[in-house]
Amino acid sequence: MSPTAQGDTPKDAPEHCPGTESTQAGKAEACAGCPNQQVCATTPKGPDPDIALITSNLRSVKHKLLILSGKGGVGKSTFTSQLAFALAHDPETRNSDVIEVGVMDVDICGPSIPKIMGLEGEQGHQSGSGWQPVYVQDNLAVMSIGFLLNDPDDVIIWRGPKKNDLIKRFLRDVEWGELDYLLVDTPPGTSDEHLSIASFLKESGIDGAIVITTPQEVALQDVRREIDFCRKVKIPVIGVVENMSGFVCPNCKGESIIFPPTTGGGAQMAAEMGVPLLGKIPLDPRLGRACDEGVSFLDEYPDSPASKAYLEIIEKIRARFEK
Amino acid sequence: MMTNGEAFTSSNSAQNDLMAEDPIATRLAHIKHIILVLSGKGGVGKSSVTTQLALALMHKGFRVGVLDIDLTGPSIPRMLNLGGKQVHQASSGWVPVFVDENQKLCCMSIGFLLQNRNDSVVWRGPKKTAMIKQFLQDVSWGELDYLLIDTPPGTSDEHISITEYLRAYNPDGAVMVTTSQGVALADVRKELNFCKKVKLPVLGIVENMSGFVCPHCSECTNVFSTGGGEALAGEFDITFLGRVPIDPAFVTMVEAEGEGSYVKQFEKSSLFPVFQEICDKVMAKVNT
Repeated sequence: MSPTAQGDTPKDAPEHCPGTESTQAGKAEACAGCPNQQVCATTPKGPDPDIALITSNLRSVKHKLLILSGKGGVGKSTFTSQLAFALAHDPETRNSDVIEVGVMDVDICGPSIPKIMGLEGEQGHQSGSGWQPVYVQDNLAVMSIGFLLNDPDDVIIWRGPKKNDLIKRFLRDVEWGELDYLLVDTPPGTSDEHLSIASFLKESGIDGAIVITTPQEVALQDVRREIDFCRKVKIPVIGVVENMSGFVCPNCKGESIIFPPTTGGGAQMAAEMGVPLLGKIPLDPRLGRACDEGVSFLDEYPDSPASKAYLEIIEKIRARFEK
Repeated sequence: MMTNGEAFTSSNSAQNDLMAEDPIATRLAHIKHIILVLSGKGGVGKSSVTTQLALALMHKGFRVGVLDIDLTGPSIPRMLNLGGKQVHQASSGWVPVFVDENQKLCCMSIGFLLQNRNDSVVWRGPKKTAMIKQFLQDVSWGELDYLLIDTPPGTSDEHISITEYLRAYNPDGAVMVTTSQGVALADVRKELNFCKKVKLPVLGIVENMSGFVCPHCSECTNVFSTGGGEALAGEFDITFLGRVPIDPAFVTMVEAEGEGSYVKQFEKSSLFPVFQEICDKVMAKVNT
């Protein structure tokens, strides 16, 4: 009755299970009577031939980062977009060493990246060699299912396999070109999209995951599960970002707590799970508005406490990869 | 005292024959109303709206069940202060976990099946679908006036499965939860189109986290802005159920345990009257 992780040999498998990847899967003696027998016997075995193509397509991508959270609405897409804007727009390196950034949105049923990055209504283009991402500026490329819809209100009602297929195409067929960073924005949870991205990128390697949370326990409990997931699929956790921690009134500068950290917030959770806390970002209503308008918050409101928190966190992430 | 649920009053004899064999039908036969709580966007408050709607219905004297089908991020056990509780297997099936002494409110979630609260449930679609089917087939709800189904964000396996399994039993409809920012509304529009495609009636829209008054200067600064949900309801010609303000005390109460918990204290919450009204509107919708 208790759920188990997916692995080669499921935890609740019959004794002497040959493992789901084995050539004997579904055919061994022990498989008789197992409810999974048919599935095991008919699934193609051996490595996915597309993984080599993905690895080759992404060979000139230096760093691949996932933005994850077990919980929805904590700011994964906001963080992804602001990180992308900041990396692509760094004034210090603007003239000498341009940083090339790509953003891939694998939230198939609720893509927010096109709106947040000011690309709503853009369409992806297909060329002879593959799909062209949409460019915010020369060095900032974006791909999302939002670019493939005729109407932004269109709903994608897909089960897992179709979502996995599209994610594969984003990795295999999109001409990302040379990138310093590929940021992958994910949907909430630990399901098809997450498993797929982890397995498709197994060979080309994921540099790490940035896990976003908010301070309440209801969010933290899902985030602990997400960190547990990262451990299971062996994705290193770069650190935790606590978003929406406190609110500074733009009118009187008074601070209030909107989501009380009743169990110690992101800091205590990070300590318990043994991962670094990269920083805390306070709520700023202008950040939500910047997202609705699709502009870079860090450029528009550099003096906001939220901008300062963002820049510190981004500095920590860059320091990890550029030194 | 109850015969078949109202959902079956229109059913023909063929469906009645089906009921005799179909385990889902047997379970749902004694449930009067089935309401899904949906949103395209995550973190807008589906689980808190479900919780508060359930408590409001219980307060009116109804028997209420809550089914949490968010399998990779179950929040309902925490919201109802049921952390650490386990589901028991009886001859009649899985016994849901009761929230109150009078056994008016019961709940089922994958959270009760985990050994450790930090365990991740890493499942692809087919396993999630199987779990949802098992919840519908095996949980012995008994007689219920309302079954509220809390869902994960999106329009994928869980949503397709639950609507497919429930289609034959005419669920009353969906309560849509949104916040007021454009980013959330964009996803909720998709969810409304999902409901249209699967022919699930939308009972109304709740605008959550609407407005926040700075306690220092009393100027409403609208952290997540306000009014967007109501405008969306107007645009899609759907009932607007109400606006729920941000109340940090709610989060504290939800996370408190024992006597201070929300289950015990909800009547004193500032959100209680808001949900009384939402609850009345929902009841009016399902009883017409």
